[in-house]
Amino acid sequence: MLGALALCRNIKWIRTVAVVGSLMLIGLSIWVLCDYLDNRAAGNMAEMLWVGSYPWFTPLNINLAVGVDGISIVMLLLSSIIVFAGSFASWKIEQPKEFFLWLILLSTGVFGFFISIDLFTMFMFYEVALIPMYLLIGVWGSGNKNYSAMKLTLMLMGGSAFLMLGLIGIYYHSAPEGGQLTWNILEIAQNASIEKGWQYFLFPLTFVGFGVLGAMFPFHTWSPDGHASAPTAVSMLHAGVLMKLGGYGCFRVAMYLMPQAANDLAWIFLILTGISVVYGAFSACVQTDLKYINAYSSVSHCGLVLFAILMLNTTAMSGAIMQMLSHGLMTALFFALIGMIYGRTHTRDVRQMGGLMKIMPFLAVCYVIAGFASLGLPGLSGFVAEMTIFVGSFQDSDFFHRFFTILACCSIVITAVYILRVVGKLLLGPVQDKHHLELTDATWWERTSTVTLILCVAFIGCFPNFFMNLIEFTFNPEFFRALMPAVN
Amino acid sequence: MDYSQFWAMKQEMGVLIVFFLVFLYDTFMPKRTLKATACFTCITFLLFTVAGFFDFMTCRTYSAFSGMYVTSPVIVAIKNILNLGVFIVLVQSAKWANSDVMAIRRGEFYELLLITLFGMYLMISARHFLLFVIGLESASLPLAAMVAFDKNRYESHEAAIKYILTAVFSSAIFMMGLSFVYALSGSLYFSDIYASLSTTPSWLLVTALAFVIAGMGFKLSLVPFHLWTADVYQGAPTTVTSYLSVISKGAAAFALLVILVQAFGLFYSDIWEWMLYALIILTITIGNLFAIRQKNMKRFLAFSSISQAGYIMLGIVAMNATGMASLMYYILVYIFSNLAAFGVISAIENNTGLVNMNDYNGLYKTNPRLSFAMMLAMFSLAGIPPFAGFFSKFFIFTSAIQQGSIPIYILVLVALINTIVSLYYYLLVVKAMFINPDDCKIAPFKSAAPERLGLWLSVAGILFLGLASPVYNYILDIAQSSPLFSFIP
Repeated sequence: MLGALALCRNIKWIRTVAVVGSLMLIGLSIWVLCDYLDNRAAGNMAEMLWVGSYPWFTPLNINLAVGVDGISIVMLLLSSIIVFAGSFASWKIEQPKEFFLWLILLSTGVFGFFISIDLFTMFMFYEVALIPMYLLIGVWGSGNKNYSAMKLTLMLMGGSAFLMLGLIGIYYHSAPEGGQLTWNILEIAQNASIEKGWQYFLFPLTFVGFGVLGAMFPFHTWSPDGHASAPTAVSMLHAGVLMKLGGYGCFRVAMYLMPQAANDLAWIFLILTGISVVYGAFSACVQTDLKYINAYSSVSHCGLVLFAILMLNTTAMSGAIMQMLSHGLMTALFFALIGMIYGRTHTRDVRQMGGLMKIMPFLAVCYVIAGFASLGLPGLSGFVAEMTIFVGSFQDSDFFHRFFTILACCSIVITAVYILRVVGKLLLGPVQDKHHLELTDATWWERTSTVTLILCVAFIGCFPNFFMNLIEFTFNPEFFRALMPAVN
Repeated sequence: MDYSQFWAMKQEMGVLIVFFLVFLYDTFMPKRTLKATACFTCITFLLFTVAGFFDFMTCRTYSAFSGMYVTSPVIVAIKNILNLGVFIVLVQSAKWANSDVMAIRRGEFYELLLITLFGMYLMISARHFLLFVIGLESASLPLAAMVAFDKNRYESHEAAIKYILTAVFSSAIFMMGLSFVYALSGSLYFSDIYASLSTTPSWLLVTALAFVIAGMGFKLSLVPFHLWTADVYQGAPTTVTSYLSVISKGAAAFALLVILVQAFGLFYSDIWEWMLYALIILTITIGNLFAIRQKNMKRFLAFSSISQAGYIMLGIVAMNATGMASLMYYILVYIFSNLAAFGVISAIENNTGLVNMNDYNGLYKTNPRLSFAMMLAMFSLAGIPPFAGFFSKFFIFTSAIQQGSIPIYILVLVALINTIVSLYYYLLVVKAMFINPDDCKIAPFKSAAPERLGLWLSVAGILFLGLASPVYNYILDIAQSSPLFSFIP
C-alpha cells in the first residue's frame, strides 16, 4: 500500500518529487487515519483493518500480508511527517539524486515494516531500512563517518541476526503439532502454540534483536556515533523513525507473540532499560557536541519506550506509543535544528558558540521549544507521553517496579539539566565567535521543515486524547489477560 | 545392451555434442575465422541451455545402466542451473579469449571447460562410485590445465601445480575412503551400501566417512582443506577463477549431498551430522576472518567463497527436501552474485590490469555502472534484502532449523553471527568504491559488449531471483516430490 507508493515515485529524482511524494505520503496516512476512525466508529471491532494477504513463497507459507491498527497508523503518520520534514531539511545536499534514492529506499523499508503483519516480510523490510544508512552516513556524513557508519551497520545487523533466528524459531512453533505453520502474526497469536520453554528461548532473541535498534543499554553504543556523523535528514529519520522500529517490533513481535515469557522475563530487560534511561540522561549531561547530547538523550527516551512496554499494562503501553510519537517528532526537530545551526557555524561544540538568540532568533526559539518538549513541559507532546508512562508504571505496587519507576522519573530532572544547560550556553550568553555575528537566520525551506514539526508537537500536546483513543482502542483485552494473570 | 539407455543421458550427450562441434570448428575452420570461436561456443552452448530447459519440462525419473546412472527433475534442474552459470562465464570470457595471449589456444580452452562440465554432470547423476570417480577426475584434471592458461604469468603456473597436487591428493583420500566402504559393504552402488551397512557404526566406517567427506571437502574448499584456494584463485585467469568458484563448487556441493543422503543416510545423526557441524563452523568462521585482511580482490573473493561454501553445507545438514531445495536455490543465487562480482573484476582487469582493493577507491566517480553492479553483488553475497542473496540465506537457515534440535539452533546462530563479519568485509568494497576519497586510478572506460551482457545477466538475476517467488517455489516443489529423501525413515 504505502510501500508500493514509496517505490513508485523512484522514477524521477528531483527534490520536488521527494517533497511531493512525501506530501502524498502524509495525505495517504491521514486518509488511512480518517478511514480507520470511521471504521471504528461504525463498530468494526476487528483487530486489524485492511488485512490483505498475497501469497509469495507458498510452500513456506510466506505471504505479503499487510494490515494496520491504531499503533501502526500512528507510526505511519510519524514516519511520513518526518520524511517530509527531512526532505526539506536536506534541500541543498550534494549528489541529490543518490541521496534521495537511498532516503526513499529507507522510508520504503520503514513503511513496509509498519504495515506488514507477516514476520518474513516484516524482517525483510526491517533490513531494507537498515542498509541505506551505511551509504547515507558514509557518503554524506561528517566527522568520523567511516567508523560510525560501519559500527552502526554492523551492530544493527548483529541485532537482526539474533532476530532472524528468533523469527525462524517462532515459525516452527507457530502452530500446534500437525497444523499449518505460519508467519502471520495474527494467526500465530491466535494459535498461541509456542510452548513455555521455547518462549524463554525465543523471547530474549527477538527482544534483544529489536532492542538493539531501540538502543537498549549494552547495545546502544552505535547510536551516539551514528547520529553524530549522519547528515541532518538521516539523523532525523534515524532517531525519529528507525529507533521506533525497535520499540514497535519489541511490542508487536516479542511481547505480542510470547506473552508468558514476556511476563516472566520482563524484569531482566526492565533493569537494562532502566539503566539506559538514566545512563543516557547522565551521559548527555557531560557531552559538549550538540549531536552527541541529543543522541544520548534519544538513548534515554527510547529506553523509556521499552521501559514502559515492559511494565505490561495498558496505560504504560499507550504511554510508550505516545512517547515513540512524541520523541520521534521532537528529536527530528532537534536534529533538524542542529543541522541548520551546524550548517552556519560549522561547529557543533557548545563551548564555541553562544548568543545565537540574537543572531538567528527563529532557529533559537525553535530550539527552545524543542527543548521544552523534551523535558516534558505541559502543552507539548513530551509531557503527555511521560506522564502516561509514569502513571502506568506506578500501578505495579511491588518494590521492584516502584523502584525503577522512581529511578526513571529522575531522568526527567536530568533531562532538564542538560537541556537548560545547552539553551543557556548556546542561545543566551555572550557571543563566543565574532564571525557568528554575520550569520543569517533560517531560509524558507528550513522554516517549513521546523514549523511542520513544531505544529505536530504542539498538536499532540494539546489534543492528546485524540491519539490516546486511537492507541488504546487497539489494545486487545485478551492479550492483556495472557500477559498479566496477576493484574486482571 | 539396450542402447536406448543413452537417451536418459540427454544432458551429458548435449555437452559432448557442443564439445565436438567446438572441436571441429576449431580444427577445420580457416585461420581467420578462429576469432569467432568464442562467439560460436557461446551460441552453441546457449542453444544447448535452452534445449536443457525444454528437457526439464518433460523429464521424469529414469535410471540407466542397471542403476549406475540416474536422472530426475531435481538432477536436470541442478544441471540447468549450472548451465546458466557456465553460459554467463562463457560470455564473460569472450573478450579475454580473443586477446593475443590466447591466439592459438582459444579452442582448447573451451574444450577443456566443456569436458569438466561433463565430469560434473556425471558426478551429479552417478549412483555408483566408479562412475562418480570418473566424473570427479574428468572434472578436476582439465581444470588444472585451465588454471595454467595464462602462459606468461608465473603465478598461473604456480597455481596450476598447486591445484593439480591437491586435486590428486584429495582424489587419493576419497578413494581410500571408498575402499573402506567397499570393505564394509561389498558394493559400490549407493543403494547397496545403504542397505548393507549395519546400523551400528564401526570405527572403520567413521574413518571411511571422514575420508570421503575430506576428499569432497578439497573440491568444496572447506576448512581445513582450503589451503589451495586463495593461491589458485589469485593465480588463475579471472575467467577460470569464476568458473572454479561457482560451477565447480556448486556441482561438488550437490554431489556431496547425494552421496551422504543416498549412501550414508542412515548414519546422519550418528556420524556425519557432527562432522559437518565442525566443518561448517570452521569453514564459515575462518573463511570470513581471513577475507577481512585480503587486499587482492581475487584472494578476497576466494575467502568469501570459502565461507559461502559453509553456508551451502547448511542445506546438507538440514537433511530434508527443503534443505535440498534451498541448497539448489543458494547455488543458483550464488552463481549470479559471484559472477557479477567476477564480471566487474575481470572487466577492470582486462582494461587496466588492476586487481587490488585500493585501486577501487572512488570507482563510483569514474565508472558508476560497474561499481553499482559490484555493490549489488556484494549486498547479495552479504544477504541484504531485497536482493536475491537475502532470500537464499533466509531459506537455507529456515530449512536447517526445520530439523529442530538445539545444536542446529546454535549452528545457525554461529552462521548468523558470521554473516555480520562477512557484511563487514563486503562493505569494505562498497566503502572503497563509494566513500573513499577519489584518487581513482581507474580511468573511465567502456567495457566490451560481451562483458556488459554477462554483467547485465547476472545483475538481472540478483534483482529478480529473490523477488520472483516462482523460482524457489518450483525448486522446492520438485525437491519435495523427488525420491532422494523418500526412503529415509
